[in-house]
Amino acid sequence: MNMLPIVDHPAAARPFVTNPDRAPWHDKALWFVRSKRDKQASSVPEWEYLRSLASQIKTATIANLGDYLTEFERNATALGAVVHWAADAEEHNRIVLKILRDHDTHRIVKSKSMLTEECGLNPFLEANGIDVVDTDLGERIVQLRHETPSHIVLPAIHLKKEEVGETFHEHLGTDEGAADPKYLTEAARGHLRDKFLAGEVGITGVNFAIAETGGFVVCTNEGNADLGASLPNVHIACMGIEKLVPRFEDLAVFLRLLARSATGQPITTYTSHFHGPRDSHSELHIVLVDNGRSRLRQSDAFRDALHCIRCGACMNTCPVYRRSGGHSYRATIPGPIGSVLSPTRDSSKHKSLPFACSLCGSCTDVCPVKIPLHHQLLAWRKEIGNLKLLSYDKRISMKMASLLFRSARLFSFAGWVGRASLKVLPHWATHHRLNTWTIARELPEPPKESFRHWYAKNRK
Amino acid sequence: MTVALFVPCYLDQFYPEVAIATLELLERLGVDVVFPPEQTCCGQPMANTGCTADCAPVARRFVDIFAPFDSIVCPSGSCTSMVRNHYDDYFAEDDDAFLHVKQRTFDLCEFLYDELQIQELKIEGQDVCFPHRVSLHQSCHGLRELRLGPSSENMTVRDNKVRQLMNLVKDVEWCDLSRPDECCGFGGTFAVNEADVSAAMGRDRVADHVGSGSEVIVSADMSCLMHLQGLIRREKSPIEVMHVAQVLAGRKLKKTNAK
Repeated sequence: MNMLPIVDHPAAARPFVTNPDRAPWHDKALWFVRSKRDKQASSVPEWEYLRSLASQIKTATIANLGDYLTEFERNATALGAVVHWAADAEEHNRIVLKILRDHDTHRIVKSKSMLTEECGLNPFLEANGIDVVDTDLGERIVQLRHETPSHIVLPAIHLKKEEVGETFHEHLGTDEGAADPKYLTEAARGHLRDKFLAGEVGITGVNFAIAETGGFVVCTNEGNADLGASLPNVHIACMGIEKLVPRFEDLAVFLRLLARSATGQPITTYTSHFHGPRDSHSELHIVLVDNGRSRLRQSDAFRDALHCIRCGACMNTCPVYRRSGGHSYRATIPGPIGSVLSPTRDSSKHKSLPFACSLCGSCTDVCPVKIPLHHQLLAWRKEIGNLKLLSYDKRISMKMASLLFRSARLFSFAGWVGRASLKVLPHWATHHRLNTWTIARELPEPPKESFRHWYAKNRK
Repeated sequence: MTVALFVPCYLDQFYPEVAIATLELLERLGVDVVFPPEQTCCGQPMANTGCTADCAPVARRFVDIFAPFDSIVCPSGSCTSMVRNHYDDYFAEDDDAFLHVKQRTFDLCEFLYDELQIQELKIEGQDVCFPHRVSLHQSCHGLRELRLGPSSENMTVRDNKVRQLMNLVKDVEWCDLSRPDECCGFGGTFAVNEADVSAAMGRDRVADHVGSGSEVIVSADMSCLMHLQGLIRREKSPIEVMHVAQVLAGRKLKKTNAK
């Protein structure tokens, strides 16, 4: 969980990025996923058209969100579902707990849902005496380790199989030192089967909800959402209000983009549609959660972030994420989209995240719903500047730079001083730990003269 | 047509040879080039740090200095993108001087490729030669903000303008990278703000270039190269860096790490 009141990404990233085994391995694992995504994207001739279409559908949905939500509620209710509205995380958690209490249930099987992570549902329920089991394999691994997911699609991507083996040895009684993925997966299956059978309520997330039908779709690769929602008689589906698409046919656009962008699969193994409760003995509850989304919708600069379908492609492609690991963001959603979303909740706490970005723009180009991510991160930096949240050294150095750049004479003189000092000062005086540039790098070798000096002599 | 040469601040002070190569290249192609001496910086460091108020007067100054010229050419995709794609925040929509500068500021490679549409490169009647194994570092801003080439994420077909220009140079032997357009980790103030991540990214970039068998990393952005060169020097990696303008202007490879 979050330890620091203010997240300092460079400091939080340091142990991971400077670990000679961890960072390159993590980088390669995610680059492998990114390469699979490229292969899949290139196999769809209309890929860029699909992206544009998806973006347009989302823009239209968000613009008329109130109407579509009402339509969804009407149609879902007609199908027999109970629709709940939660203004924030606390209300969401209270609603879920009330449903559990109404049924006097204490054992929950939960499939992957970043929304419940965002709302802190697990610790809340546990504090209220409820046993919550995450049924996604990666989520179960991090849950056993008392960690949070480090990636929204690959929650345990920061762990090596040996570490998973240790965790399972400790909690599931697998052989010590076992690291064979097949063996470990089988052990997890056996363990989770018991949990599924004992589960009294199944909680799932929602990938897409359809206003026109009142149904929704959950995508998993393990089938755990189906099992979790099918065995118990009560299914609670928790969704952010931006998960809506207007029409059933819109799903085709998003389902084609989602799995390809997320993991490089043509489609997720299980794409399960839920339209009302299973039978007359079952209940389906849908909790619609705002938790800051309406506020984001008001913002011209950041509204498009509501397009996000949580595919994780921006994380897989982000060179900073790949080397610093998901936990360095100290946020439910890490990576580029997380660095856009987190400051909308608490700009002071997350002020370093928009700077954990080289502005390479790869996230923007990879995003299946065309969120201009790196431009939004840049916009956040300006916002953080406006909110007077920039550190003193950033403010003062940029103020000085600005003054310098307003006079060619001053700029030229400062440049001369810099070059001259580099020439006369010994290496240790210019390359030390206080000069952050030179911790890992050499400074450029100073030339005899600046270009402007050369030009004045040679071209006049 | 008079073209103003926009020399980014760090090039002016630390890499004058790149600016000289750019100037000579343009002059050789018959372009009437002027270097307005009042220029300093486009303001990108302040803008990217979020210091809008500190950037605004620098951006205004830039537009005032360059507005009188037909075109502005800059040997840097990143600084060009700042003017073209990120100046809107600092000017009124109907500011004619700004609109002119925004529309007429070009990266050197796109100016040569799109505006001049050069088909050959000769110096005093001789073909420009660069008999070396070369790998291309594509700067992110050149690639994804100016679209100087195709980016691997995007499925749109685009000409690689930098590589096409380099193909006018004889005897270049291309070395292909395993990650053709991964960020080098410079990112302006990012290199200082996120020093560990930046250096890790840069070292991985250098390793990919070295691993390709390349002798020299060529790029249209010296800022990426400044960062990579700093790492190369520190780690004594067996590779050199050159700006594409230097190669196109017929400069020879200088071996700084030669034993």
